[in-house]
Amino acid sequence: MATPITSTTFNLPRLDRLLQRLASDQVGKSFAQLIKQLLVPIVALMVFLGLWSVGAKSVETSLGVLPGPAKVWEQSKALYTEHNAERVKAAAFYERMEKRVDQAIADGQPAERIEKMRSRKYTGKETFIDQIFTSLMTVMAGFLVASLIAIPIGIVCGMSNTLYTAINPLIQIFKPVSPLAWLPLVTMVVSALYVTNDPMFSKSFLNSAITVTLCCLWPTIINTTVGVSGVDRDLINVSRVLRLSAFTKTVKIVLPSAIPMIFTGLRLSLGIGWMVLIAAEMLAQNPGLGKFVWDEFQNGSSNSLARIMVAVLVIGFIGFLLDRSMLMLQRMFSWDKNAILR
Amino acid sequence: MMNSYLNIDHVSITFPTDTGPLNVLKDVDLKVTQGEFISLIGHSGCGKSTVLNIVAGLLNATEGGVILEEKEVTEPGPDRAVVFQNHSLMPWLTVYDNVRLAVDQVFKKSKSREERHRWTLHNLELVHMTHALDRKPGEISGGMKQRVGIARALAMEPKVLLMDEPFGALDSLTRTHMQDSLMEIQGRLNNTVIMITHDVDEAVLLSDRIIMMTNGPSATIGEVLHIDLPKPRNRLALAENPTYNHYRAEVVRFLHDRHHQPEYEEAETAEVSEERESIVETLPTAASDATDRRLRTVAAMRSADHQSSDEKHLLTEEAS
Repeated sequence: MATPITSTTFNLPRLDRLLQRLASDQVGKSFAQLIKQLLVPIVALMVFLGLWSVGAKSVETSLGVLPGPAKVWEQSKALYTEHNAERVKAAAFYERMEKRVDQAIADGQPAERIEKMRSRKYTGKETFIDQIFTSLMTVMAGFLVASLIAIPIGIVCGMSNTLYTAINPLIQIFKPVSPLAWLPLVTMVVSALYVTNDPMFSKSFLNSAITVTLCCLWPTIINTTVGVSGVDRDLINVSRVLRLSAFTKTVKIVLPSAIPMIFTGLRLSLGIGWMVLIAAEMLAQNPGLGKFVWDEFQNGSSNSLARIMVAVLVIGFIGFLLDRSMLMLQRMFSWDKNAILR
Repeated sequence: MMNSYLNIDHVSITFPTDTGPLNVLKDVDLKVTQGEFISLIGHSGCGKSTVLNIVAGLLNATEGGVILEEKEVTEPGPDRAVVFQNHSLMPWLTVYDNVRLAVDQVFKKSKSREERHRWTLHNLELVHMTHALDRKPGEISGGMKQRVGIARALAMEPKVLLMDEPFGALDSLTRTHMQDSLMEIQGRLNNTVIMITHDVDEAVLLSDRIIMMTNGPSATIGEVLHIDLPKPRNRLALAENPTYNHYRAEVVRFLHDRHHQPEYEEAETAEVSEERESIVETLPTAASDATDRRLRTVAAMRSADHQSSDEKHLLTEEAS
């Protein structure tokens, strides 16, 4: 690296450290690197924003001119303000409720009634930020369930050729199915089977999550199978010579060598799951970012297009963050720290 | 019946292939005494690795069988530890953990935790690898990896140590070091060893007996050469030794004769690899005198088996 790291390096104030860095003899090289890593993407972003802002002006829609970056930025601030306003309203609601509950206790009302008063929830409109969290929860739930199903199936398929031959046709047929084709079926099945008076999850959450699950299964199954069946034959022979039990063999040899492929599958799955979820929410009007986009589209106000663009950008950014966090997990679990993961 | 430690009793093996059954080994019969160092030498594809895999229990003989200490070998086990050509260490485990995995598995009942820890270190000490305990196989050299592989095999306290071209993938300087280490360890522990090699010098230097195999298919033991040189042996002292050179010449002659059998020539063309061709090409092309040709034969053999530890695969290819 640029400067030799000494114990004093870390004690210097930030500015001094920067100065020391600039003064070092390798400054030319590190500066060039800095430009490459920081300046190039910034310039590219600027160019993109410029083109967007110029190009958008020339598109006239029935909802007004296509919004440029400035309008989108303005709307994202507005969405955040609306969210805060909604929070204030909610706080006020709960405050009022507490007061009434206190009053009721003072009046010596029965405990049952007080409980009922307490259980009342604020039913204001879901804000953009709420929708983001709903979508995130849904995709994580669907993805988690899919992974818990897909990884064991993949391991078993990778170890047994017979099972693979049995399951492979099913995988191949279900893999290319669009999530939206599943959605009506999932909705009907959920409403038929999930009948309780005190539901732990709302039906719309289950519909979205199960649709995500159905689409997340396949890449993980396929990649896990490939990873497991590709374990070095010599390593399998080592395990035979050592007479490792099936369990030890799986944990000590098969899983570690399949980890990179399993994570490849998981990353693909999560990416697909996120895309699928937005579409499912739009189609089924289930709470989440997809619903937000659809509602704004139907709303058709002069701000709608800008708000949809905010949503699009946020969806993209969250997808990026999800992928990065999977990559971080992969780095944590991967034994090959030198492998270049991107 | 002769009471031997390890008895490879009239072993034959036939693999089914797309073009019909392929008889790889025919009537391989070998008795090994305890503490003996045996080398298997022969041309590529003659089934040396198959013999080793049958002794290891990784393959089952079609006819005949292997008896170790009066028990028939039916499955692989740590009493017949194998050192594979490409080290076969778990890349995600450290040097220590690779050996410890084997130690834990073999001695989980008979040794305490502390004893297993010391036994792991002891075996790594034997191969001079205690300085790299926490490194992963990807971070050490090929020779070091092979040392760890040997330590892992030794740590199982095998009755027979099986080595499939253990030094084949190493450069000649490292190989020399490894041979010296192996001689020293075997001298100290008196292990029974069966080693596959393509290196004539290695075979003569290390072995008590060299088993020379005929060419496949239906390969069997062609000649057996007793190496009657006192141990410990020193490669420098032996270089000028006429007996040593005689043995060396014997092995080379055997291999050379086999090389000129017509059926071998056929098999040869089927499995010539690019790597091998390139190595042969770098050697002098004018093979006028015998020494030169011998040299080429050995070099060609060495390179040929480097890329094919999978004997079965190779043979299927050969047959098609």
